[in-house]
Amino acid sequence: MALTGVQIFKLLPKTNCKKCGFPTCLAFAMALAQGKADIAKCPDVSEESKKVLGEASAPPIRTFDLGSGAKAVKVGGETVLFRHDKKFFNPCALAINIKDNLSDDELAKKAAEAANSEIERVGQKLRVDAVSVEYASNSSAQYEKAVKLVAEKAPDASIILNCKDAAAAEAAVKAVAARKPLVYGATNENAGAMANIAKTHSVPLCACAQGLEALSALTEKLQGLGVNDIVLDSGAKSAKEIIDHNTQIRRAALRKGFKPLGFPVINFVLRDNSIQEVSIASVAIAKYASIVVLSSIEKWKNLALFTLRQNLYTDPQVPMQVEQKIYKVGEPDAAAPLMITTNFSLTYFIVSGEVENSKVPSFLAVMDCEGLSVLTAWAAGKFTAAKISQFIKDSGIESQVSHKELIIPGQVAILSGALEDKLEGWKITVGPREANAIPTFLKSRTV
Amino acid sequence: MSYVVPKESYNGKVLSLDFGKGDKAAVIGGENTLPFLSFEGDIPNRPVVAYEIQDCPPDDWPETVRNMYKDVSGDPVTWAKHCRNNLNAKAVALRLVSTHPDRDNRSAEDAAKTIKDVLAAIDIPLIILGSNHIEKDAAVLVAAAEAASGYNCIIGKAQEGNYKTIVAAALAHNHKLIAMSELDINLAKQLNILITQMGFDKERLITDPMCSALGYGLEYTYSVMERIRLAGLLQNDATMQPPILGDVGMYVWKIKEVSAPESDVPEWGSIEERGIAWEAVTATSMLVAGTNLLIMRHPKSIEIVEKTIAELF
Repeated sequence: MALTGVQIFKLLPKTNCKKCGFPTCLAFAMALAQGKADIAKCPDVSEESKKVLGEASAPPIRTFDLGSGAKAVKVGGETVLFRHDKKFFNPCALAINIKDNLSDDELAKKAAEAANSEIERVGQKLRVDAVSVEYASNSSAQYEKAVKLVAEKAPDASIILNCKDAAAAEAAVKAVAARKPLVYGATNENAGAMANIAKTHSVPLCACAQGLEALSALTEKLQGLGVNDIVLDSGAKSAKEIIDHNTQIRRAALRKGFKPLGFPVINFVLRDNSIQEVSIASVAIAKYASIVVLSSIEKWKNLALFTLRQNLYTDPQVPMQVEQKIYKVGEPDAAAPLMITTNFSLTYFIVSGEVENSKVPSFLAVMDCEGLSVLTAWAAGKFTAAKISQFIKDSGIESQVSHKELIIPGQVAILSGALEDKLEGWKITVGPREANAIPTFLKSRTV
Repeated sequence: MSYVVPKESYNGKVLSLDFGKGDKAAVIGGENTLPFLSFEGDIPNRPVVAYEIQDCPPDDWPETVRNMYKDVSGDPVTWAKHCRNNLNAKAVALRLVSTHPDRDNRSAEDAAKTIKDVLAAIDIPLIILGSNHIEKDAAVLVAAAEAASGYNCIIGKAQEGNYKTIVAAALAHNHKLIAMSELDINLAKQLNILITQMGFDKERLITDPMCSALGYGLEYTYSVMERIRLAGLLQNDATMQPPILGDVGMYVWKIKEVSAPESDVPEWGSIEERGIAWEAVTATSMLVAGTNLLIMRHPKSIEIVEKTIAELF
């Protein structure tokens, strides 16, 4: 848990020697508390104080990479229980579980599904981040072969070695060591051997136990053996256990500074019914999982889960924005109406949804207003007659429509006069104030 | 370092509310902890899912979900009975869509008759919803409240622009009431205060902070719901303690992701599963954020969500 400036001050030599670059030990302590200074700058601090300060300054939930290279994903590092308090930082990694006893063709096919899972949504590229290869064959040779094949067919995916047999796991780690696989994992029985593998190949290790007491004891044991990059599996399987355990883990780490549980969490949500699995995965994504392992990754499933993850991991302080451009709703012809709004994602979604509901094919001009809604953007001087007319002129829409009529949101009716001055030859029509009146508005124009 | 369960202590509790009558009446709310944290509190009642039906054929629903009801949706009584008898619905939500001036503009008297017929045909609780037209709803819901007198229904939605008449009708005929505001905890609080100031018990109120579909502002609804729950439980804010409604179906089943055929967007996969999953994921997220009552459309999504609810207990 973070120490206050005064708590840190008590651990300093209180000599005010200025060698750290600060005028007093108290000033230095305050800077340390804000993370703006380094304890190493104090020449006289005791080893004991250094240790206390080092532990206190470590983040409450450890962060590290799952996988290696450009497509590695960061796990852990969260600082809040509720997204509205600040934000959730490192989006939960999604993984597919593949059994090693499948035929080579099936292994390759499943791995390729993960490799080709990328979808773009609201400007972000989203994909299945990892493949988990399960040791189901009970044959070390088969396992190593399957891991190699999956790694080759999914060259950018992070790898999870779902194998509690230390000898089989070690052979597989060696085969894909450069990919920095997560070894899943260590139990109370195999902890020594697994810790050795993790240290030797510097790969992260998952601690697997039943319940949070046993899990805490296991991570302490692993840390004692020199393993620092640890993932937690509390054995949670049901939706209830997932919420219950994951909430306790995050609270213990953030509120109590409980180090043995200050690590990212993995949940296996495998279900026979794929849509049921989506629902349970939603519980895990919302409630603090850093890695969620699925049994299948159909396209519709990926789309739903990627979207949920993207929604919950947006920064609540920074509005989501959509790209500035002229969007087509339906298949508008040259006579179709042209409407304009701002690029706040919620504004865009609601307005385009209502235009779609109207079943009147239309052009929707979405203008970059730094993600502000219509009225806010107008008040902030970002949705003005001058800027709108410039955008309309630059957009090239004039050559796509046979008319010169622009429909503006009713909230900014006040702009119509100024716009008619700036956009010479254009007719400005004031649309509805609220989006839900758009269908009526558009339909009434076509009669 | 030994592990101590990090329990939170709450001052407040979510109000419990019953609707319907007889042995099929439903009870929601009553928990004194955040959603599903049974390690630190009591959660006496499970969230309830109501099947959405409407008073005219669902021509504007995408085919995927419309087809599920194609043999029964021509008539609200048949549709309600189908939900009750064949789908094992715990509650039905009847939306009076045809009263909207842009639809059939049917009269309040017509709506009242539909309600009487539906109530006579089912023994499970009924939620009565207007067409979301501020002025028309005021008239329709007054007639609806009277028609359903004695059935302990939930009626809604009362909004800033029409709450006075609707509250008075719910009060006169002993119904529960949905208060809806638009994605803002302060607006939700303000509306609940205005309604209780008219002498309407907060124990009879349901808060609808406005739902939004996955991918279409879900995170706003999610966070508003979480903040309402925290205000009610941690700060014991009595105006933020009514159960929460998630009116999921109507927001989900109008977006592109549930209606675009696979031939148009091959990267999105099967349209059938996509739609069901979209409604199930939206509903599941709302549950985790604090929803006590869901209104949904697709029987398969409802089945999935009910199984998840069972897993959460």
